[in-house]
Formats: sequence, C-alpha cells, structure tokens
Amino acid sequence: MVSGPRIAETLCQLGVTDVVWLPDSLLGTWETALAAEPRLRLLRVCREGEAWALAAGLLIGGRRPLVVVQCTGLFESGDALRNVLFDWRLPLWALVGYRSYLLAGSTDTARRFTEPVLAAWGLDTLLVESDDGLQRLAAFFRSCQAGGRAGVGLIAEGRG
Amino acid sequence: MALVPALEVLVALRRGQIVVTTMGATREWARLSHDPLDFHYLPSAMGHAPLLGLGLALALPEREVIAFNGDGGMLMGLGGLVTIAAARPANYTLVVLENGIYEVTGGQTTAGSGTVDFAAIGRAAGLTSVREFERLDDWRHAAPECLALPSPRMIVLHVEPVGSDYQLPTLEPAAGRLERFRAALAAG
Repeated sequence: MVSGPRIAETLCQLGVTDVVWLPDSLLGTWETALAAEPRLRLLRVCREGEAWALAAGLLIGGRRPLVVVQCTGLFESGDALRNVLFDWRLPLWALVGYRSYLLAGSTDTARRFTEPVLAAWGLDTLLVESDDGLQRLAAFFRSCQAGGRAGVGLIAEGRG
Repeated sequence: MALVPALEVLVALRRGQIVVTTMGATREWARLSHDPLDFHYLPSAMGHAPLLGLGLALALPEREVIAFNGDGGMLMGLGGLVTIAAARPANYTLVVLENGIYEVTGGQTTAGSGTVDFAAIGRAAGLTSVREFERLDDWRHAAPECLALPSPRMIVLHVEPVGSDYQLPTLEPAAGRLERFRAALAAG
C-alpha cells in the first residue's frame, strides 16, 4: 500500500501545490498526512468530474494541482477530462485509486475497466503498488512535465 | 430582463476582473467585450465553468473572478455550489443566467424550468452572498453593491431567451486563446 506520509513527501518534491480530490477508503488514509503538509492545499469536490475543471483553473492560474480520485470517479469524469486534457491540452497530473487491484481473482467491474478506459483515452499511466514505487512515480510525473503531457498514476488498492 | 442589457451592466462595471464565460454567455459576452481577461470556456464540459473559475480565483487571490453559468449547466453540477462554498474563495462571483431552457440546443426546457429556486439552493449550499433579479432596473441599480458583497457571491439573473439565434460563436482555436489569456495574466 502507498502510505500518506510518503505520498505527501513525494508530492512536495514534485512541487504539487493543490490536491483536488474525493478520497476513497485507501486514498482517505492519506488525509492526515496531506493536511499536515503546509505546502499542500486540499480541495474537496462533491463529484469527481468537478475536480478536472477546478484543477484546470488552478493550472491556468499558475499552480501545480493534482487530481486524486478513485477509478470509479475516473469513469464519472470522462467528459470533464476529455475537455481539459484534449480540448485545452492542459498537462494535468492525476492519481487514480485502482480498486480491487490487489484482490486476487476479484470480479469487481471497477477493476476490470480501469486500464482499458485509461488506454482508450490514450493517457500515459504508471502503476504503483507500494511506497517502493514512489520514486518511479516521481520520475514519471517529471517526464510528463518535461514533455508537456498529462499523466496518471494508478494506486493499487484492495477494496478501495 | 433581456440578456444583452443585463450583461451590459457588468461590462460597464468591470474593473479588471477575470470573466469566465460559457455556452450562451460566451455568445453574447464576446460581442460586448474584447478584454484580454475574458476567458471563453468553449469548448467546455457543460456545467463546469464555475469550477474552472473557482480554480482561477484560488490561484490568483489578488484578482476578482466572475464566472458565468446557464441554468442548464447549473443543474448538471449543483454539487459544485457546495464545492465553491467549501473552498471559500475571497474573490469570486458566480452569475447564473436563468432562462428555463437549453437555448443552444434549440430551446428545450430544463427539468427545473419554472420550479427550481437557484438562489435558495445557493444559500443552502453555503454561498456567502446570494442575490436574485428579475427586472433590469433592479439589477442595474443593485449591481455595484452586489459585486462588493462578501465572497463567494452568487447572482441569479432571470433572463429572456435570446431568440432564434441559437448558434454558439466560432472562436479561434483554444490553444491560442489560452496562450493570450495567460499572457494577460502575466502582464498583471
């Protein structure tokens, strides 16, 4: 599992300024660590699609936002991310909780559709299963930044 | 009230604010204003202009932001009002243009046409200052005070459909408009 203190540290190293999010039961365990980090502003949305437009405004205004949602929220977000990532070509970063990835033999349809949906959008992705993957995640986002591309880090979850 | 004179009130009062337009508001505002701080959120994800405006307001606390939304767009994201209230921007005004129809698609009525109370929803969502106007004279008279109320503000304007001219404007590609908008922000 990816832990709150380590993700907060990683986000600060990357220069993330705002976490625009709707947590699930894994991502929600990060809240104490994220909230304790003065370099991060947490912005809670009511539905995940909102997060993309809010993050777009922050990015246009000069901030470095990060969208954090569960994969089910990614599914809900389709039109919003289509607009900001493709119409406006804004190189936003996101972390997406990959529900049930860690459950062997899971028939959770949220698990079944996550990678195909991201592939359909043509988004660059990186799977992170534990804190050991956070340096790769940081390198991935830096690569996205250098290339002016959006990027999605998939965070492996159990029940999510 | 008619839409164009209602917008002209804001054009006349504008003093350096960022203005985020969308859908039908873009069509009319783009005819009335050519300010480099106009951000025409078109193409858009319908209903999300208030959230994009919120992001700008939070990123740029030294600037005032006015974001438009139609009633059809507002109904697509009522939770966004709660998000705005929770974020507590100190420099934010949402203007909801309510005409009861989806004008740009041909005038079909919204699900809440004639029944929904956006001002009450805004208050219940926690927006600090909410005002509502049906008559142009009332709006014109109160507008300066409305823009000075504690933020976040919500102004609901009951406007008439424009008529048969339902087409959205043809704008230049988004990338060029975005680049110019960012340059305007950078220029102070």
